[in-house]
Amino acid sequence: MSNLRSLTFDAIIVGGGGSGLRAALELAKSGKKTAVLSKVFPTRSHTVSAQGGITCAIASSDPNDDWRWHMYDTVKGGDYIADQDAAEYMCSEGPKAVFELEHMGLPFSRFDNGRIYQRPFGGQSKNFGEGGQAARTCAAADRTGHALLHTLYQNNLKNNTTFLNEWYAVDLVKNANGDVVGCIAMCIETGEVVHVKSKATVLATGGAGRIYASTTNALINTGDGIGMALRAGFPMQDMEMWQFHPTGIYGAGTLVTEGCRGEGGYLINKDGERFMERYAPNAKDLAGRDVVARSMVMEILEGRGCGEKGDHVFLKLDHLGEEVLGKRLPGIVELSKTFAHVDPAKDPIPVVPTCHYMMGGIPTNIHGQAITQDENGKDHIVNGLFACGEAACVSVHGANRLGGNSLLDLVVFGRAAGMFIEGALNEGIEYLDASESDIDSAMKRITRWNESEGGESIPELKAELQDIMQTSFGVFREEKNMQEGVKKLEALRGRIANAHLPDKSNAFNTARVEALELDNLMEVAEATAIAALERKESRGAHSRYDYPDRDDVNWLKHSLYFPATKELKQRDVNFKPKTVDTFEPKVRTY
Amino acid sequence: MSNLQVSVYRYNPETDSAPYMQEFQVDTKGRDLMVLDVLHLMKEQDSGLAYRRSCREGVCGSDGMNMNGKNGLACITPLSDVVKNNKLILRPLPGLPVIRDMVVDMGLFYKQYERIQPYLQNDTPAPAIERLQSPEERDKLDGLYECILCACCSTSCPSFWWNPDKFVGPAGLLQSYRFLADSRDTATRERLTSLEDPFSVFRCRGIMNCVAVCPKGLNPTRAIGKIREMLLADAT
Repeated sequence: MSNLRSLTFDAIIVGGGGSGLRAALELAKSGKKTAVLSKVFPTRSHTVSAQGGITCAIASSDPNDDWRWHMYDTVKGGDYIADQDAAEYMCSEGPKAVFELEHMGLPFSRFDNGRIYQRPFGGQSKNFGEGGQAARTCAAADRTGHALLHTLYQNNLKNNTTFLNEWYAVDLVKNANGDVVGCIAMCIETGEVVHVKSKATVLATGGAGRIYASTTNALINTGDGIGMALRAGFPMQDMEMWQFHPTGIYGAGTLVTEGCRGEGGYLINKDGERFMERYAPNAKDLAGRDVVARSMVMEILEGRGCGEKGDHVFLKLDHLGEEVLGKRLPGIVELSKTFAHVDPAKDPIPVVPTCHYMMGGIPTNIHGQAITQDENGKDHIVNGLFACGEAACVSVHGANRLGGNSLLDLVVFGRAAGMFIEGALNEGIEYLDASESDIDSAMKRITRWNESEGGESIPELKAELQDIMQTSFGVFREEKNMQEGVKKLEALRGRIANAHLPDKSNAFNTARVEALELDNLMEVAEATAIAALERKESRGAHSRYDYPDRDDVNWLKHSLYFPATKELKQRDVNFKPKTVDTFEPKVRTY
Repeated sequence: MSNLQVSVYRYNPETDSAPYMQEFQVDTKGRDLMVLDVLHLMKEQDSGLAYRRSCREGVCGSDGMNMNGKNGLACITPLSDVVKNNKLILRPLPGLPVIRDMVVDMGLFYKQYERIQPYLQNDTPAPAIERLQSPEERDKLDGLYECILCACCSTSCPSFWWNPDKFVGPAGLLQSYRFLADSRDTATRERLTSLEDPFSVFRCRGIMNCVAVCPKGLNPTRAIGKIREMLLADAT
């Protein structure tokens, strides 16, 4: 085999969203030979859909704001399985990273004094939960992700980053020692498959919300990096932790930012009652997302849902007035007119909890280095492999991410990975080259699809997978239902392994891309399912009828899913921040 | 109601000597689907049909295409907006080379975007916090920064069809003005100098197709007018 052309870089970044572009920018500035390999033109990445903002204690709305308060909120929001050293790093480095974005040109909205506009978001407090609601989310109207992604792309252009746009990463290449030394990638336009050699491979491939039938995520969010890492035998952390965003537009699944509630909007049931007052008397509609999503489902299950089927609730915004809506939430006005046929200045938006964010992912340290664990439960760095952004689990989000923390995660840890890799390259990295058989094993999957002669259709199998996940691994979970889900997924895996790619052409073959994506969805779904079944407690976004309480004795831990054995192990949570006292687990109320 | 009749542009460089229109019958079950949903249904019938898509909510700019003669984003265009007599004709964005089916080579379009140096330039040292900008100064960026680079405007512009290598086109010029209008940008002079020739800006004939098709409701013609004013003021 191996008559593949090879491309060689110091660092290859797979994924052109916020974290990938931030890592690339750091490396491009350092003069390292860096390429971003993205299956879509970078500004089509899902970061573009982020709306409400980037949460960070830049002390604009409140000159006394403190990153430690932000860290407290983050740790509490994550139901105490966020790593405290990582949350500390993110919250304390955050202001630097946000000011850098502003200096790069990000068009933040402004206060009268000229500083960056900040709005209240869910789970935010002053003074470690004692000082009332904070307003800590820096915003560019309700298009912050768009503004951020375009700004990062623009600055990569300025710094001459190499882009392999509309290239698809297929699988990681490991050498005889198990170090990651690059990947197999396909140019979508021509169908050419190449071996990308690199001393550092950064998976910045984002989330995988498309494992669910109903999701706010872009169609491209298929967990490609997670699939690649699992197939290469590396473990995944906290994959049971999926965030259901309270306000996806009913029917369409498109996101309505939490910023709506930050600006004063609130949820009502069919009786017009502001029901969050019952579930979270203090924070109300700005409680943690997991709390709000569960409350909504409770309302629906107890017969107080809205609409003919009583299967959603309403988000009321009309009292904010057209001026605030036009100034602060113009994108939401557009989206609700398009997808809900509702003008929010007049009528409430029908909303329902919708799969939004993967808290879990590739376990990393704060430098983005991927981590695995030996039989004795000891951590080891995976040579050559890095991850950042939603694909990574640093973990700053624990069991539930706070709104506005994902954009901060992207830029802080994209930047950190870039800086670390630059340093490592300067010190010198030498790994054994991949052998032909190493490359052949990374080629196995694409070869299998290319040689498929019959079998089931890709879109049908994908729809089945999404139905299983939606039915058995939603907002509320339960043993028997999940066991059935796991069984169905096992069967589905066998069917996908024999599915058919009818179109074998080379030029811009999107059917082949969708086939390769389906394998990744399968990997993510199974990791999620097994982790969810095995974590026998309720914590953050993982909520079980059969184990309704948090169990700190047995489960104040990360879960670690090993693909070879399909076993779930545990990994210690870091409770040792460097400059502040540990935030001890407390009962989590809002 | 009978099935929707869709006629779609097909071209696969490996197998087709020339492009052709292929007819599809799509069962919409009476729903007012988005055009992108219809494409998904067509792809279930023929997995070889190629088109770009990503966010499916009108913010990523992947699925710009020509629908019954007008450019727009397939994901936010409901059938009720475009279908006439139960017929939908889908073509790739006009004026750019076709790679396959609905997928065009956006190279020229991106090149014109890159040419205007689409990044903030400021030659003063950055402060320890953000650069200050008043809400009024920031308001000037509204209607400019929201561009999603879908190319609906530039590929509906006859001046861009004619001189795609020399005329920056509405999308690029909108972004050029986004930086000219930014109180934090100090490269105004250099930006204007690079646009002085007869083609870059002045090929705009005010046809305003760009305004008519922009899926984000932006107004490149107005921005181009502002650049012209700045160039003229600069020259006097």
